[in-house]
Amino acid sequence: MSSTLEIRALHVALASSPDKSIVKGLDLTIRTGEVHAIMGPNGTGKSTLSKAIAGHPDYVITSGDVLLDGKSILEMEPDERARAGLFLAFQYPSEIPGVSIANFLRAAVQARMAEGEELDATAYYKRLYAKMDMLKIDRKFTSRSVNEGFSGGEKKRCEILQMAMLEPTFALMDETDSGLDIDALKIVAEGVNTLKSGSLGVLLITHYQRLLNHIVPDYVHVMYDGRIVKSGDKTLALELEAKGYDWVKTDLAAATA
Amino acid sequence: MSASALPATPTEGLDSSRFAQHLSQRAYLPAWWLETKKAAFNQFTALPLPSRTDETWRFSNLKGLDLSGFTLPEDPASQIPNHSAFPQTAEIVFSNRQLVARSTVPAELAAKGVIFAPLDEALQNHGDLVKQYFQKHPAQLGSEKFVALNTAFTAAGALLYVPADVEVALPFVVQHTLTGNNVAAFPHTIVVLGPRAKATLVEFFISGGAATDRQLASGVNDLHAAEGAQLTYVGAQHWSRETLAFQVNSIVAERDARVLSLNLHLGGRQARHESNSRLLGPGAHSEMLALTVADGAQEFDQRTLQTHVAPHTTSNLLYKNALLDTAKTIFSGLIIVEPDAQKTDAYQKNRNLMLSDAAEAHSLPGLEIQANDVKCSHGSTSARIDAEQEFYLQSRGINPAESRRLLVAAFFEEVLEKLENEDLHRALTGLIASQFKR
Repeated sequence: MSSTLEIRALHVALASSPDKSIVKGLDLTIRTGEVHAIMGPNGTGKSTLSKAIAGHPDYVITSGDVLLDGKSILEMEPDERARAGLFLAFQYPSEIPGVSIANFLRAAVQARMAEGEELDATAYYKRLYAKMDMLKIDRKFTSRSVNEGFSGGEKKRCEILQMAMLEPTFALMDETDSGLDIDALKIVAEGVNTLKSGSLGVLLITHYQRLLNHIVPDYVHVMYDGRIVKSGDKTLALELEAKGYDWVKTDLAAATA
Repeated sequence: MSASALPATPTEGLDSSRFAQHLSQRAYLPAWWLETKKAAFNQFTALPLPSRTDETWRFSNLKGLDLSGFTLPEDPASQIPNHSAFPQTAEIVFSNRQLVARSTVPAELAAKGVIFAPLDEALQNHGDLVKQYFQKHPAQLGSEKFVALNTAFTAAGALLYVPADVEVALPFVVQHTLTGNNVAAFPHTIVVLGPRAKATLVEFFISGGAATDRQLASGVNDLHAAEGAQLTYVGAQHWSRETLAFQVNSIVAERDARVLSLNLHLGGRQARHESNSRLLGPGAHSEMLALTVADGAQEFDQRTLQTHVAPHTTSNLLYKNALLDTAKTIFSGLIIVEPDAQKTDAYQKNRNLMLSDAAEAHSLPGLEIQANDVKCSHGSTSARIDAEQEFYLQSRGINPAESRRLLVAAFFEEVLEKLENEDLHRALTGLIASQFKR
């Protein structure tokens, strides 16, 4: 069954200064099976957009709406949004000393089961190990604390592992390519490509075109000053790479202002 | 029906007539023991309840120390909860002061001289051993009256004795269960490890029946590690939510001995815990650990003393409290370095995880150093849950209550991972988790 994530005229501000919008009226519709890339210079509101959709308490949505299959998610708590099918791959994943990857993922998988339903531990580990093998993550990682002492690449792979285990309908991937060397980037991209062949919609936030060589987007959107200023197909990313972000500032932003 | 089958008429309260009855039922025990009990009852009667001016009771709820209406339970409960589902060497189970289950020490260990016996039997068969170690170094951190009450009425308890050079891998378990309203328990456990012996004893304190049962518990233990011995003691307190609880640990480590004590505090309305480590020989080490989940209106009151008597001794105290709702914790710790105890290395830390703005954590660390070449430090911290960690967990679909449970477990892990025995580690983690499922 296909699903839709609609972002409608979204305005987002920091909870600490709700009068100052960071995202300033953004519209975007993503369907399962599609990869949308949002590109843009630093400080333009890309990360704010993804965190606000996931329900981060530091941000407030001052107007507009986010609909999952026609139903607003704005009244839902972050954990409810996640169980409804959203997944945020963090740019800077939290380190949680004392919580092992295995226990963390187990709690997340358990959270998606019906009340009173028991997790089949054998099946769980079998599935976990299969996903870890796919992402070339050493099985010893299961007993390590979540992200504690991980390299940048390990953290990002761990994000993709979580995504693989939780099978979201929509993934918001915030600069998943940052801090990755080319080998790690390929592994992460392979992982995402494997997952999207199922029924996954992806919003890929990135600063660089590099990732898009490995995860080919269906749509590319250029974001500047809290809005989408241009949308196109994958060739837009190449054009952006060639012309640079100054082009966005001078030509695109001026045209939509 | 014959007269002997009639139940004895229960005497109300913990007064002198009830004590006389308690004593007369134990006429078969050694005379020194009965005299010790008598002296203790007199001491209990003579000592006043703690008052406002007692520094050792600073911040404590003194109004909560109401001993009226409690009596000794007469019969064991029909149903006894069991928390000790992990591999063990042997187990002794009490319900309402009565021995209700007991597994024997494996023949191979018994042949080596290992003794694991209920207190009553230990007094009859190994009286000299009990006499030698019973309250040899009492803790004396403020609960003397309640310790005296324990000595006067104690019936349930155990002696673990492991002779020189014997190592026992799996834990010995003592379980105390108290069932009923207005009943009291007075457990007393003694652990004695001979030179270079190694053993673990786990003691559970559990209430059966209703969570709202009003109960009184005053437990004491004497832990003694002879030269080079390695003693691990775990006390897991899960009394009812209306229990007034006292637990007093006395720890003695001789030359090169190593004692790890871990006390887990979950139950009780008001629970006071005192622990005193005495480091008597060079190379001795005491690891003093405690974990508390304080919720509702619970009060946990912890007083500790690390006494360094001999040079080159080390101690490390880490007490961690997780506070929810309107709960209150008190930590008061003192390190004493006696004049001869040069090269002491002593550390004391109390960490509080505040999960509620209405919870209250008091911390009173202290040092008293009489030697001049020592390393001592103490500290206390109170912190809230990290909001980013909480969001990270919730962004994976884990609900707020479960997120908190995971973060509390994470906070506690630093202490639990000090246990060598992984099955025991897992059992305690499970017991803590159950606290969040009420």
